[in-house]
Amino acid sequence: MKVITEKINYNLLREVEEVSGQKVSACFQCGKCSGGCPVVWGMDVLPHQVLRYAQLGLVDELLHSKTLWICASCQTCDSRCPRNVDIPKVIEALRLIILRNKGGNYLHPNDLPARVRENAPQQGLVSAFRKYAK
Amino acid sequence: MKRIGVFICWCGSNIAATVDIDRVIAAAQKMSGVVYTDQNKYTCSEIGQAMIKDAIKEYRLDRVVIGSCSPRMHENTFRKTVESAGLNPYYLEIANIREQCSWVHKDKEAGTAKAISLIRTAVAKAAMNEALFAAEMPVTRRALVIGGGIAGIQAALDIADTGFEVDLVEREPSIGGRMAQLDKTFPTLDCSACILTPKMVDVAQHEKIKLITYAEVDKVEGYLGNFTVTIRSKARSVDLQKCIGCGECIAKCPSKVASEFEEGLVSRRAIYTPFPQAVPNKPAIDRAHCRFFTAGKCKVCQKVCPADAIDYEMADRLLTNQYGAIVVATGFDTHKLNNYGEYAYGKHPDVLTSLEFERLLNASGPTGGKILRPSDGKEPKTVAFIQCVGSRDKAKGNPYCAKICCMYTAKHAILLSEKVPGSKAFVFYIDVRTAGKDYEEFYTRAYEECGASYIKGNVSKVFPDGDKLLVRSVDVLSGALVELSVDMVVLAASVDARADAKELAQKLAVTVNAHKFFTEAHPKLRPVDTQTAGIFLAGMCQGPKDIPETVAQASAAAVKVAAIFSKQSLLGNPTVAEVEPKLCSGDLSCMAVCPYGAISEQVVEERRGREMVPRKIAQVNAALCQGCGACTVACRPGAINLKGFTNQQILAEVDAICL
Repeated sequence: MKVITEKINYNLLREVEEVSGQKVSACFQCGKCSGGCPVVWGMDVLPHQVLRYAQLGLVDELLHSKTLWICASCQTCDSRCPRNVDIPKVIEALRLIILRNKGGNYLHPNDLPARVRENAPQQGLVSAFRKYAK
Repeated sequence: MKRIGVFICWCGSNIAATVDIDRVIAAAQKMSGVVYTDQNKYTCSEIGQAMIKDAIKEYRLDRVVIGSCSPRMHENTFRKTVESAGLNPYYLEIANIREQCSWVHKDKEAGTAKAISLIRTAVAKAAMNEALFAAEMPVTRRALVIGGGIAGIQAALDIADTGFEVDLVEREPSIGGRMAQLDKTFPTLDCSACILTPKMVDVAQHEKIKLITYAEVDKVEGYLGNFTVTIRSKARSVDLQKCIGCGECIAKCPSKVASEFEEGLVSRRAIYTPFPQAVPNKPAIDRAHCRFFTAGKCKVCQKVCPADAIDYEMADRLLTNQYGAIVVATGFDTHKLNNYGEYAYGKHPDVLTSLEFERLLNASGPTGGKILRPSDGKEPKTVAFIQCVGSRDKAKGNPYCAKICCMYTAKHAILLSEKVPGSKAFVFYIDVRTAGKDYEEFYTRAYEECGASYIKGNVSKVFPDGDKLLVRSVDVLSGALVELSVDMVVLAASVDARADAKELAQKLAVTVNAHKFFTEAHPKLRPVDTQTAGIFLAGMCQGPKDIPETVAQASAAAVKVAAIFSKQSLLGNPTVAEVEPKLCSGDLSCMAVCPYGAISEQVVEERRGREMVPRKIAQVNAALCQGCGACTVACRPGAINLKGFTNQQILAEVDAICL
């Protein structure tokens, strides 16, 4: 990977901070989040690197990473972060940004079998749209 | 009609970039009483000051308004300028068009309008400025130093060496403070005790220094040159005159308590001297843990004392003394690690703080200078040092950097490699900060010559793992996950202000910052002064710093004290409150709100018809008044006025703003 001017998305940091409500620029890369993450073994980009890429505006590396879909939002990182950055919120924001950019859902509620539609909790349905939309 | 001169300063581009100076000048020329205007790129420069002086003489100015930076910055400078041109210094008025205008505005139009308004305000007030004269006050040439660590010791010695008397008050039974707990000091690795104890002895033997240990400051009254301080000398239960320091009592005392000096690693007795080189090397009874004081029976120390020095009847004594100046050098506390469960501190005996590790290194410490694990007494071969525990942590700790940890950890890594052959230090850091003479070289030595591995990554969790400790982190630089099995974990706990710093600040009428460190009068140009004249700061109580900085600050504070004592008398502050007896109703609301006890009741005789009737009114002690103005607000009949800031002057300002 190489950071070159053309590659930097100057709006990414602002957008992530706006959507997540978190001060991503406060991160000073101590790595405490990555050190304690229980699902870090499955990540291609480590949690502290997620924040670093966001700070640098490296949009491709970030939005194509598996990490965003592996984070379980268990909040271990958040509870230990010395800079008060709620990383699960940042990762959720990145997922939202992907979904918003793609537009539309993979799944339409009407496509679901009626049996499932009636019984499935709404939250479960919404998260299913998201997962399949990536 | 007053003849007012208005001078507008550009302050380089600081003001001129946001304020249209020519328009301000044009507006000022139309203001009532203004007979002369001018501008200058740097009014505080010699040329700028000369310009003011010349204008005063040439145009017979009798009031001067300067639109410039905050009066905190240059009011004194310009008062001297005005005075040297033959005017009373209080004829000067400053309009702050930098901090309160150009620095906070971006819009030049709005900035210019505000600057004009501020100048108009100052002109309105200047027209009503009266000549004020400062009263002379005598100086008590004796200093009080609060705190007997290296800062207090250095300040006391330096003041005493200039020939003035010093009282050094220390809360513990011995002076020495934190530095006495340390083993070696960075970056030269000289032994802390070897350089500190001679100074402690110097303090004890100096004819100009009176050492008051086991004592605390109870109450502070008065002002620069004339402080009255009440010191509570705590009941030591040992007569210092009789005690010969043989230590017989300590050896026989049956009560054991965790030793504060040893950071709780071992116990001490209830009658104790904190450490072997203590000054004075005479014990004190810790009454909270003494068997006689808690259970009513024992008195072993009294029985064994060959000098009959034990006195259970001893009570706290209050000593009231006069001082001309005070140096505050109360040091710091180490950060409590209750919020850091992930590091297993307190749960596993081999997780230590850096100060505890320091005691293990120290030859007079609990292990005689051998690095041994508290759990099994074995030498640790691998040690993980975790930096920034409670520092740079705005979520659960202190947002600031504790400043000393990077360097003492490099020292610990070096000493570990020397004391335990074949050992390995892992230092987990966020950033390594080694600004200071020979500091970078010292840090380099830790990893180039002493084999320390520096890993950029904050440790996320420490797990007990059999007789080892598992440390989980990440190497931020390579992106590799790190999981190390080590024998010992050392936490670089942050430094806090003293828990009771705020109470002392209230007694002294000085200020503390958000983290309870004492505030200096100016962060750059008055780093040892407080806002209260005559009270100075030295060492960690003002903010994190290392030994060289602490000593430098202590010596600087000593010079400040000596400068005060070198004068025959001091000039008071003339902007004090004044009572107009005719208007005073005598209800004394002012007395209730005065924080300095400067207002008292006075009875005057008044003619009423044919009789003389007594009537009580308020009276201001000009020497005690600090000019805060609280009384002027409380006074219902408007009888009390602050000179230089009278109600009439303030109202003239308000009128000018509302124009």
